Amino acid sequence: MTSFHVAEEPIKKVAVFGGTHGNELTGVFLVKHWLEDGAEIQRAGLEVKPFISNPRAVKKCSRYIDCDLNRVFDIENLGKNRSEDLPYEVRRAQEINHLFGPKDSEDAYDVIFDLHNTTSNMGCTLILEDSKSDFLIQMFHYIKTSLAPLPCYVYLIEHHSLKYATTRSIAKYPVGIEVGPQPQGVLRADILDQMRKMIKHALDFIQHFNEGKAFPPCAIEVYKIMEKVDYPRNESGDIAACIHPHLQDQDWKPLTPGAPVFLTFDGKTIPLDEGCTVYPVFVNEAAYYEKKEAFAKTTKITLNAGSICSSLH
Amino acid sequence: MCSLPVPREPLHRVAVTGGTHGNEMSGVCLAQHWLRMPRELQRPSFSATPVLANPEATAACRRYVSRDLNRAFTSSFLSHSTRATPEDPYEVKRARELNQLLGPKASGRAFDFILDLHNTTANMGTCLIADSVHNVFTMHLCRHLQLQTPDMPCRVFLYQAPGEETYSINSVAKNGMALELGPQPQGVLRADLLSRMRSLVGAVLDFIELFNQGTAFPAFEMEAYRTVSHVDFPRTEEGDLAGTVHPQLQDRDFEPLQPGAPIFQMFSGKDVHYEGEATVYPVFINEAAYYEKGIAFMQTEKLSFSVPALPALTPAPTPGP
Repeated sequence: MTSFHVAEEPIKKVAVFGGTHGNELTGVFLVKHWLEDGAEIQRAGLEVKPFISNPRAVKKCSRYIDCDLNRVFDIENLGKNRSEDLPYEVRRAQEINHLFGPKDSEDAYDVIFDLHNTTSNMGCTLILEDSKSDFLIQMFHYIKTSLAPLPCYVYLIEHHSLKYATTRSIAKYPVGIEVGPQPQGVLRADILDQMRKMIKHALDFIQHFNEGKAFPPCAIEVYKIMEKVDYPRNESGDIAACIHPHLQDQDWKPLTPGAPVFLTFDGKTIPLDEGCTVYPVFVNEAAYYEKKEAFAKTTKITLNAGSICSSLH
Repeated sequence: MCSLPVPREPLHRVAVTGGTHGNEMSGVCLAQHWLRMPRELQRPSFSATPVLANPEATAACRRYVSRDLNRAFTSSFLSHSTRATPEDPYEVKRARELNQLLGPKASGRAFDFILDLHNTTANMGTCLIADSVHNVFTMHLCRHLQLQTPDMPCRVFLYQAPGEETYSINSVAKNGMALELGPQPQGVLRADLLSRMRSLVGAVLDFIELFNQGTAFPAFEMEAYRTVSHVDFPRTEEGDLAGTVHPQLQDRDFEPLQPGAPIFQMFSGKDVHYEGEATVYPVFINEAAYYEKGIAFMQTEKLSFSVPALPALTPAPTPGP
């Protein structure tokens, strides 16, 4: 069978969010810089809007004020009656939904890039929410190819219970960009440079697409979430072990059954309790201690996308 | 060199403090672990007391709640003439409590030694922080730790400016030192740093035990890094960052910085160069907690100096028959 071009609407409205978590400084300062001088992210025929999504958390240099902004873009929170009693981030989510959504509507922005950092050794990571999106699989393929030989991984958070209601999810095409390792509250030049390149290639892709370039079918390797793993804890709920040195910094590397995972404070090694090889991500992320997540297990799969071409031409 | 008096009695009252900054996790977890299981801190002549210095900041996983506890041990906060009020910042109240527990500062009743545990996001490796070269006992302790870890640099940083009042938690005791291990992000516990800090604490206690048992330590030559000045980030008119630490300076703590070398990279892509005339040794490069203090890195000078011998304790006269 010959492949056929799926005609798609050209992209018109794009937003770049920084500071969804106020202490992940790369996105905060890239967006602040682009608000001053946006030449770098402008593309002909495209509206690209830089935006600080959690200004109060940015000012305080903390992840959030009342609750995690990146978990409250569900229909229930977005539909709550406005009141001063709502957590700051829920009120802010409603404002953002008003500005860039409404979620699941025709008026919503086409693409939102949400810029994040992690303390984990994840390098350049793209986060995908929908395994069926030919457009995003094509975009991620383009970004990966453009960044090579610098590796760029794709984390698929599609899951019946583990998927969460992200800030970017109000767009038709939500893209999470996660670069690490970088401590919270620190801005590293090398990480800044990598994230800047990812955004450049992403916007270039959209521009090519809008100009009518046809993208042939492609395939990418993605890491799909399976399960979150908590730290071993004592009776009072305090952690009783840390990530084993053999697992620390080994994000995306195969973790085989029986391999060391935790080291308790009295020196005991706890092995992987799993029948098959998994690929750990978000290993020892600072913000996930309170979410009871020491790392997440993923499985490696391949996603295929059909060819795409904008309907403009 | 004017040396400070060295202890003439065994050190019996020793404290190990963690969580002075609540998001520096190596010390937080060790203090919490030793509060449950203190046996590791016992030596024949003494048992060190584990202390979780800032429990509220630890619970919130933040550096502090109201202000930096490790700058609060000054006479203006601790003295009796300062009336305590319920409105005092949490850390000022806590500093007074700790001064009661471990001090009072500069009194005969104060603890003999406090070892304070810290982490930094900077690539400082193992850094021993002492007040000044005049503290002969602590210099010998630093030397001992350097000899215990020959395969890894173990640098000595002298933080006290001449004439400056001491303000840290360890200044409450008659003698003290801080361990600063990095790089480790705030709120993260790394097994490698945890185990390194644990062995260093053990080596500190071993040194005190040796001293208590009457060991003499000969004079030696020492190298250390002393603060010269602080350098802030380039900033916009509004006070926001206008650039970041240059990739060629990032992670190069304790390495010589030559005049003309790049120190910052502006978001516009331009480089900023070091304009000083002397080679300096930057430390605490890109430490998360220092953004709010207006410090991108500290410039230090490298000192070489002689440390006089630490004489053995003379045994206490035994009661006659």
